[in-house]
Amino acid sequence: MTNNVSKSEESRRDAVLPPVDVIEDATGITLYADLPGVSKEALNLRVEADTLTIEGEVGLTTPEGLQASHAEVSVPRYRRVFTLSKELDPEKIAAELNHGVLKLRIPKAEHAQPRKVQIRVS
Amino acid sequence: MIYRSLFPRDIFAEFDRLQRDLQQAFDTSPSIRGFGRGGYPALNVGGTAQSVEIYAFAPGLDPAKIDVNIDRGVLTIEGERASGLPAAEAKAAVHINERFAGRFRRVVSLPDDVDPNAVGAEYRDGVLHLSIRRRESAAPRRIQVQ
Repeated sequence: MTNNVSKSEESRRDAVLPPVDVIEDATGITLYADLPGVSKEALNLRVEADTLTIEGEVGLTTPEGLQASHAEVSVPRYRRVFTLSKELDPEKIAAELNHGVLKLRIPKAEHAQPRKVQIRVS
Repeated sequence: MIYRSLFPRDIFAEFDRLQRDLQQAFDTSPSIRGFGRGGYPALNVGGTAQSVEIYAFAPGLDPAKIDVNIDRGVLTIEGERASGLPAAEAKAAVHINERFAGRFRRVVSLPDDVDPNAVGAEYRDGVLHLSIRRRESAAPRRIQVQ
């Protein structure tokens, strides 16, 4: 119960939608998300049922007494939620974070992989 | 022909972008210039008594290929970001394409009291942090009258 409350509170906190690229090929889906300022430790990836949630906190080293004069990024948090389709295998998601770009590879389940059908000529 | 112009190839990506734009507008928007649309990289600028601090949110770059120049008080950040999209002949479908790709250039006018020879630049987690020291001589000083 308490868990639920804190979770809904968490999802109400302001967050920026990060821009993404989603590419599908025969064997799966590749997703790239721009998450500048998010370290590996501050990245939170979750799969619940068919929902994929990408969340990250921006961590910047700021000197003491810093006064902002111009800010295009004023919410230090990213969040984006996707619904996965049935043929994708959430167990086998591979994630890579490099220079603020998250790369997710979500393979298709075995039964959804393309198969060549042999045609016999009689 | 009519069909083609009514249904451009990546109509779903267009819808998705529209939805994202709307969502961004109704969500507590990060700033009046928004994020991602205002330009790549997004910039945050601030300062302390000793320095001017600039943060450029530029994910996915090779730090060796970011060009940072200061010329007569004008700071320029330049570079190019490669596209991660597959080649046109590859058997792949692009469902969403929102990330920036191509050449970029952003320019910031610096205050008069900075020292262009004392610049610290660090690229971490896709954020370029520039720290430019203010000149000692520019600090306010009391002059003794004899």
